Amino acid sequence: MSLEAPEPATQADVGVTDDGLDYDTLEALLGDVVIDRETHLNAEAFVVQPDRVVDALSVLKNKAGFDHLSCVTAQEYEDRYESIYHLKKFDDPTQEVSVVVPTSVHDPTSQSAESVFRTADWHEREAYDLVGIEYDDHPDLRRILLPETWQGHPLRLDADQEQPQVVPLREHANPLQEDHPGGSDTMFLNIGPHHPATHGVLHLKTTLNGEQVADVESDIGYLHRCEEQMCQQGTYRHQIMPYPDRWDYISAGMLNEWAYARTAEDLADIEVPEYAQVIRTMSAELCRIASHLLALGTFALDIYGDFTAIFMYSIRDREVVQDILEDLTGQRLMFNYFRLGGVAWDLPEPREQFFEKTRDFLDELPSRLEEYHNLVTGNEVLQMRSVDTGVIEPEVAKNYGCTGPVARGSGIDYDLRRDDPYGYYEELDWDVVTEDGCDNFSRLLVRLREVEESGKIIDQCLNLLEEWPEDERTIQSNVPRTIKPDPDTEIYRAVEGAKGELGIYIRSDGTDKPGRFKIRSPCFSNLQSLPEMAEGEFIPDLIAALGSLDIVLGEVDR
Amino acid sequence: MSSHNQDTTVAQTTQEARMGEGVDDRFNSKLREAFGSSPFILTKFDNFMNWVRGSSMFMLQFGIACCSIEMMHTYAVKHDLDRFGAGVPRASPRQADVIIVPGTIVSKFAPRMKRVYDQMPEPKFVVSMGSCTCSGGPFQEGYNVLKGAEEVIPCDIHIPGCPPRPEALVYGIAKLQERIANGESSPVTVKPYELEQFGDLEQDELVQHLADQIDEEDLVMRYNWAESQ
Repeated sequence: MSLEAPEPATQADVGVTDDGLDYDTLEALLGDVVIDRETHLNAEAFVVQPDRVVDALSVLKNKAGFDHLSCVTAQEYEDRYESIYHLKKFDDPTQEVSVVVPTSVHDPTSQSAESVFRTADWHEREAYDLVGIEYDDHPDLRRILLPETWQGHPLRLDADQEQPQVVPLREHANPLQEDHPGGSDTMFLNIGPHHPATHGVLHLKTTLNGEQVADVESDIGYLHRCEEQMCQQGTYRHQIMPYPDRWDYISAGMLNEWAYARTAEDLADIEVPEYAQVIRTMSAELCRIASHLLALGTFALDIYGDFTAIFMYSIRDREVVQDILEDLTGQRLMFNYFRLGGVAWDLPEPREQFFEKTRDFLDELPSRLEEYHNLVTGNEVLQMRSVDTGVIEPEVAKNYGCTGPVARGSGIDYDLRRDDPYGYYEELDWDVVTEDGCDNFSRLLVRLREVEESGKIIDQCLNLLEEWPEDERTIQSNVPRTIKPDPDTEIYRAVEGAKGELGIYIRSDGTDKPGRFKIRSPCFSNLQSLPEMAEGEFIPDLIAALGSLDIVLGEVDR
Repeated sequence: MSSHNQDTTVAQTTQEARMGEGVDDRFNSKLREAFGSSPFILTKFDNFMNWVRGSSMFMLQFGIACCSIEMMHTYAVKHDLDRFGAGVPRASPRQADVIIVPGTIVSKFAPRMKRVYDQMPEPKFVVSMGSCTCSGGPFQEGYNVLKGAEEVIPCDIHIPGCPPRPEALVYGIAKLQERIANGESSPVTVKPYELEQFGDLEQDELVQHLADQIDEEDLVMRYNWAESQ
C-alpha cells in the first residue's frame, strides 16, 4: 500500500559501472560535504563533518539508491571518536559505501541519522551507551543495553572494567500504577523480562487502550554479555571462533561462525579450499533448518499458549538435526567447527553412515513439512490469528533495516547467499523464498519454505561430498599460526544468518587481536520494527508479531 | 469388551469389577507387596515430606540464554524430564518449587532474577545450569557479567558445561531429588532485599549522588567484581 512513487532507475544507478562502483562519481554527487576519503576493504568511505551527516546520508539514500543502513559502528581512537555508517542497496548488497563521521575527543557530538534511516535510532543509542558518542537531534538518546544508572562507557579506551556499579530495581513498583494517569483510559503493562512469550529476557513496556496496543517499547539489555569486548580480547586465529556460536544460540552456530570466518578471512586474505566450502554450506544449512524449526515451535507456543504437539514435533525434528550435527562437530549446540581457512575436521568416518543418516533425514523432510502445513499453516485457528496481523510494509521494513525472513515475508527479495555470494551457494540450485503478505503468517510461511530450500542445498552438497576424490579432500588451507593484519585495516562483511543479515566490522590495530569488533545483529534491527507491527493491534497479536520476528536475545543484546 | 468379560461382571458392582477378586490391589505395586497385609506404614513425618518433595517437583519456566535451548530439549520429547517427576514447567514463580537458572546473568537482569526467586514459595530449590551460572563461564571477564548465580541466589546443584547436555541436566535434577529425598538439601530461607548502605564503598561524591537518587523502597544490587573474583 506504499504511496511512495518508485524512484527512476537512473537515480539509483549513480556511479554504477560494470567494474563495480565508481566512487569518484559518488563523491562528486555529495559535493563539498565530503572532506576526505578512506579505503576500507569492503568499500570506500567518505569522511563527513559531524554536522553534515543528514546531508550526506539523504543524498546517498535518495539520489544514489543506498537504501539500506546496514550498521552503525562507533569507536574511539587516541585522537578522535568515529561513527561509521555502513550503507548498502537492497537491490544489490555488493554495492556498498561507508560514511565516516569523526568527532573530537573533548566533545564527541555528531548529527543523528535517525531522520534519514529509522534504524539509526537504536544503533546510535547503542553507540552512545557503549562508546559515549552523543547524537544531536536524536529523538530519544539514552542507554539501551546497560542499566540506566551505569557509570561510564565500557568500550572507551580508558574505561575501568572493574569500577563498582549500582543497579536499582524498584521494589513493589506497581506495574499498573500508571493506570488512568490524568484521566486517560490507557493501562500500562509490563511484559517480561521473565515471561514465557518473550523468547528470553526481553522487557516490553506496553500501553494498552482497552485491549489494543497503544504503544510498545522494547527494553533490552538483559542479556548484554559483552560479546564485542570478548572478541576484542581474543586472538583472531582461535580465541574468537567459540563466541559467534553464542550470539544466535538457537542451533544457528555455524551461520554465525561463518560471519566471523568470512570477515576475518577477507581481512587476512586467507583462501578456503573448495571442499571445506561445501562442508560449510551443508552444515550451515542444517543449522538454518534447526533454527527455523524452533521458530516454528515457539511461534505455535505463542499462538496456542501451551506445549502442544507442534512444539513437540519441531523439537523432535531438531533432535534429528542436532544428532547429525553432533556426529559432524562433536557438539549439540555450540559447534566451534569452523576454522579460519576451512573447518576443524573432515566428515566423520565411516562416511557412508553419515551420508545415510543425513539422507534419511532429508527423505523424511518433505513428509514432515507436509505435516507441518496440515497442522499449522492449514489450520484455520492459526490463520485467523496470524493472517493480516503484525503487518509491516516493505518500505517501512527497509527503513528499519529488517532483513532475513522478516524482510522476505514483506516481499523484499533480499538474501545475501544469492546477492552477495559466499561459500558454495553460487554453484548450487536453489531459490530465494519471498512472500507478499507482510504479516505474521507470511513470515512463518517463509521460514517453512526456506527449510525446504535448505533441504535442497544439503542434498546437493551431500552428492558433491560423496563424489569428491579422496586425495583432494583438503579441509583447511595453510594459515599462519598468528594472524596480524596490517594496522588500521577496516572491513565490514555480512552473511545471511538464520535471522537475517549478520555483519561484522573489524578494525585491526597491528596486533593479533582486533582493535574494534562490532557485530551487526539482524535481530536487533528486526526487533526495532516491533512497534510498527504491533501498535493498534490487539495484545495477542503483539505476542504473535513478536513470535514471528523470531528474535533471540543473545543476538539482540550481544 | 469381550463376551468373556461380560460374563464375569454380571453379578458384581463396578467397584468389585475394577478391583478383581479378593484383596484390594488397586495399588498393585512392589511397595504395596512389601507392606503385606497392613495398609499402614510408620515413618518420621520429615522423612515422608522429604520423599514427597523430591518426588514431585514443579519447575519454573525460566529461560535466559543458550542453556534454555537445551533445557527445552530436556523438557520435550526424547529426554522428557517429566518421567522423573520433575518436568511440568510452571509459568508463574508462585507455582514453582525449583528454578533452573539457564544462562549468563548480567547486571541488569540480576535484580529481576532475584525478584523472581523471592516470589517462589518455600521450600525452594535452585539448579544452576551451565558454566555461566557457575562462574560466568566464557563471559567471565565481561564488564557486565555476574560471576555466577551464587552471587545473587543460593544454589543447590551446579551443572557445568557450555551448555550441559540434556542428559547432564537430567542427572543433575535426579541428584537434586535424591538430596531432597534424603533430607540433605535443606530449604533455604533468604532475607528479602534490603537497601545496602553501599557497604564498604568509599563515600565519595559519586556514591553519595547515587545513594541520594535511590528511594529506600528500591532494591539495590552492588557489583564489585574486583573483590568477588
